[in-house]
Amino acid sequence: MGDDQATLVVDARGLNCPMPIVRTAQAMKALNPGDIVEVTATDPGSVRDFAAWSRTTGHALLASSTDGGLFRFVLRHK
Amino acid sequence: MTTELIERPFVAPPYDPIAAAIADVEGLPELAADQAVRTKELVIVSWSGELDRVWPMLILSSTAAASGLRARVFVTFWGLLPFVRDGVRITGDNWMQKMLAVMQRPGIDHLKTTKMNFLGMGPWMMGRLAHQYNVASPRELLEAAQALGVEFVPCQMTMDMLGLRREDLIDGMAEPAGAATAIEIMTEADASLFI
Repeated sequence: MGDDQATLVVDARGLNCPMPIVRTAQAMKALNPGDIVEVTATDPGSVRDFAAWSRTTGHALLASSTDGGLFRFVLRHK
Repeated sequence: MTTELIERPFVAPPYDPIAAAIADVEGLPELAADQAVRTKELVIVSWSGELDRVWPMLILSSTAAASGLRARVFVTFWGLLPFVRDGVRITGDNWMQKMLAVMQRPGIDHLKTTKMNFLGMGPWMMGRLAHQYNVASPRELLEAAQALGVEFVPCQMTMDMLGLRREDLIDGMAEPAGAATAIEIMTEADASLFI
């Protein structure tokens, strides 16, 4: 949160494939174009998956970072 | 009288690339809005009611829907058993249909594995491991899939053969259909799988 002024924060920590994506998709349905979403996850597979999901859906992946076992993704609703 | 021919040099009009481009596309049929950005489609034929096949079927179909694809699953043969609603135990009208329901308990929580079933030990251990590693259960995934709009199309012929009625199946399933429907949606899809 904070620096990106996320409209919504999705806490997908502890969830395994495909639930970080599924939960993020469900949460983003209620948002508008341009809204910023921040996702935190602990599934290492989500690093490649959020990049792929961004390409498939067109929601821009603005940031993808790793901090120990914690992964953070910032997306902009298309 | 003579007509005098006055020679004039031919002057070509200046070439206008934009006008030429417009002329090129004029007369072409306009793309319909849905053709211009066509939604990609995934179709899965789910024929197996076993845990280790139903699970990835649910993962892939729910992820496809979450990725903005239209996701449809044609549910046939043993694939229908996980879609029998809770509380329905013995299905069918004649003794063979009932016997099959006894031998293979229907419902999303009662799936067997294709290998190492060992009277339920295999599925029990897979369930425990899934829980340990935070993997969503088939029930959770089925609920997510339906919430995301995955369409589950039951096979009418299988319903007849196993004696399954619409009211035996979970809510929210599509109209039952047959093989020709399966072929149509598979050939129209961008990816189709038989699991």
